[in-house]
Amino acid sequence: MLNILSKYGIYAALIILILVFSLASEAFLTQINILNVLRQVSIVGICAVGMTFIIITGGIDLSVGSMIGLSGMILATLVSMGYDPLLAFGVTMLVGSLLGLLTGGIINSIGIPPLIATLGMMTILRGMAYVISGGLPIYGIPDSIKWLGQGYVAGIPVPVILMAIVFVVGWIVLTRTVFGRQVYGVGGNDEASRLSGVDGNRVRYYVYFLGYALATFAGIILMARINSGQPRAGTNYELDIITAVVLGGVSIMGGIGSLPRVFAGVLIMGILANGMVLMNVNEFVQWVVKGTVLLAAVSLDRLAHRAKGHGSN
Amino acid sequence: MDKPVLSIRHISKSFPGVAALQDVSAELCPGEVLGLVGENGAGKSTLIKIVTGAIQPDQGEILINGTTVAHADPFDLISLGVSAIYQEFSLFPEMSVAENLFYGQELRAGPFLKRKEMVHQSRQLLERVGTNISPEKLVKELSVGHQQLVELAKAISRQAKVLIMDEPSAPLTTHEVEFLYQAVRKLSAEGVAIIYVSHRLEEVFDLCSRVMVLRDGQHVETGPVSDFDRGRLIELMVGRTLEQEFPPGMVKLGDVRMEVRHLKSADVQDVSFSVRSGEIVGLGGLVGAGRTETVRLIMGADRLISGEILVDGVAQSVRSPQHAISLGIGLIPEDRKHQGVLLGETIRFNTTYASLGKFSQAGFMDNQKERKAVEAAMKVLRVRATDMEQLVGNLSGGNQQKIVLAKWLETDADILIFDEPTRGIDVGAKQEIYNLMRELSAAGKAIIMISSEMPELMGMSDRIIVISDGCSVAELSKQEFDQARILHLASTGSREAQKEAEAAC
Repeated sequence: MLNILSKYGIYAALIILILVFSLASEAFLTQINILNVLRQVSIVGICAVGMTFIIITGGIDLSVGSMIGLSGMILATLVSMGYDPLLAFGVTMLVGSLLGLLTGGIINSIGIPPLIATLGMMTILRGMAYVISGGLPIYGIPDSIKWLGQGYVAGIPVPVILMAIVFVVGWIVLTRTVFGRQVYGVGGNDEASRLSGVDGNRVRYYVYFLGYALATFAGIILMARINSGQPRAGTNYELDIITAVVLGGVSIMGGIGSLPRVFAGVLIMGILANGMVLMNVNEFVQWVVKGTVLLAAVSLDRLAHRAKGHGSN
Repeated sequence: MDKPVLSIRHISKSFPGVAALQDVSAELCPGEVLGLVGENGAGKSTLIKIVTGAIQPDQGEILINGTTVAHADPFDLISLGVSAIYQEFSLFPEMSVAENLFYGQELRAGPFLKRKEMVHQSRQLLERVGTNISPEKLVKELSVGHQQLVELAKAISRQAKVLIMDEPSAPLTTHEVEFLYQAVRKLSAEGVAIIYVSHRLEEVFDLCSRVMVLRDGQHVETGPVSDFDRGRLIELMVGRTLEQEFPPGMVKLGDVRMEVRHLKSADVQDVSFSVRSGEIVGLGGLVGAGRTETVRLIMGADRLISGEILVDGVAQSVRSPQHAISLGIGLIPEDRKHQGVLLGETIRFNTTYASLGKFSQAGFMDNQKERKAVEAAMKVLRVRATDMEQLVGNLSGGNQQKIVLAKWLETDADILIFDEPTRGIDVGAKQEIYNLMRELSAAGKAIIMISSEMPELMGMSDRIIVISDGCSVAELSKQEFDQARILHLASTGSREAQKEAEAAC
């Protein structure tokens, strides 16, 4: 029973949540509001894909929110200095990805636990986001960039489409490729993996590279949506992202997780936020609810684990 | 006869798909040591979990001192005097012995701990299990054998009347097992009733007064130990007569597949030997002599300081396990659960994990090809499982070992290293592993086997290399195999070799 609950419970929770809010507010189940929720979760969603890879290997990334802020600042600065938007976009992506390799390197070669390594990076990157402009926002974003955050294709917001692509590609990589296998393997048992010829360090480099690249991309989309580079952008996003991933059943111990469920976790977080706004719930109360949801999700995960442990002979 | 302290009456328990126990009954009197034997999956663990309250039976009842215990959890049963110890320890290494013994039941005066009193009582508890280690020592400073005795002292600290010992000797050396024997005898003389579970049948004959055999969840036979001999006990456990325990070796050996010369690392001093195609070379020696460390060097898992590894006559600097795999080397490690398999993954995942390249194109897995190969491997190795999507963590030790082997067969490894191949594996599955090793060597694989079980080492090896204190000190051909000689070389060999080395200088 608990087994089924841990497998499909997240979808059941999602459906119940949708039912409750659609009964509570007429504005909830409208086309405008649905697209609105999806657009709001797109930043968290894109980063959740990278975070899923990282957590499955047994790591964590606390610096994701800071990377979101920094990448927006870098791109905004470059375009405001008159560089070609495409070139600026490329440079920003490159810088963000290299920072991911740096973090992977700190974890691999010095052996600092991911929690501490990314905690340090979180502070450093946020500081850099402020240093770039002396703490001031940067305006003057060209329309081509704005399109990433504000455009529509066939009536669907561009960020939503991008999030969908990232999820689908991530899901294919995780379930259908050799690399995906290795991500699960390294998180499941690093030493057994090593003795099977799977280089855990290489896999870790890749997942932090991927996580930072996606955070950089998400930061660009966020900047495009708010029309400016804001050094504060992305603050506390790591909380929402990790919550969504853990809610989606990804084990913080590594080795276990699936992206479709993470997507459900992202939607639950987004719908909770949106529904509570529609019902005029105080922002501070929203925090309490979000934290409670996280603990409830992890508790469920642990209970299911315990039930399984007893079932096996 | 005394009144039974524990009665198990008509216990049945099913898990989805399996009837783990069917109508099992037993009685246990004070001071009695009952041996519980059976293959993995026979239902021993389930029975123990039911008696300790970890799981509830579907049918039947447990009586303690004649009173039915219903829906009791482990805490209830501890307070009723039922305790258990397992092969894996539950001690806190950073705490002292006394702190461990009183963990969760500290003696206190108000909010303060009565340290002196606890140390004093700890000393008495330790005496009861026949040891005089200081209660103030940290657990991590103790040998594994002493830790097991602390575990035992902890189990009896709550007035245990029934003590269940599940494979207590598994982590212990021969010497340490003696302490355990003494402790068990002492407790039984005090009137504690003991259920002793072990794969090592000698222990059952040495320690137990009665023995109970389970097979496939059913009670097969119970009787005084004197009614059984080793052969009959094994027959009852596996349900059939076993062929000759160790299958005979090859007559004709092939070329030398691998040779190592003067291997040296942080833990290995000077090891040289070679292995031919079709041959099983046994590495004998004491625990900690550097045998596991030697094969880890060959596998590229640890750093080699100096020395040569030759594969088919070509010197190779094995930099990493990947490199070793590409040379056709595979290691079935001693610590299966942590180094051999991924317990949380499926049979399919584990089987192809070291050969993903073979089952993929441009980085994408070829699921069909994979399924076919895994299915074939499960057939060849006779893996007992519901299907290939079963988690390896839910398989028995023998079947887990087969999965590790399957993984290396998929890499087409033809130099196979078995480190303690049958550790923690029951009798029937042991036989299967031996047969498989022989089939592999007959197919031309070169096999290196580390074994601390003398009959296994002498029965399976075509040649034995004795390793002592990080040095290979002797090479014995089949005709020279002799238990006393091997043990002698293992314990003194290096000193003689050292003398020779000094003389040479």
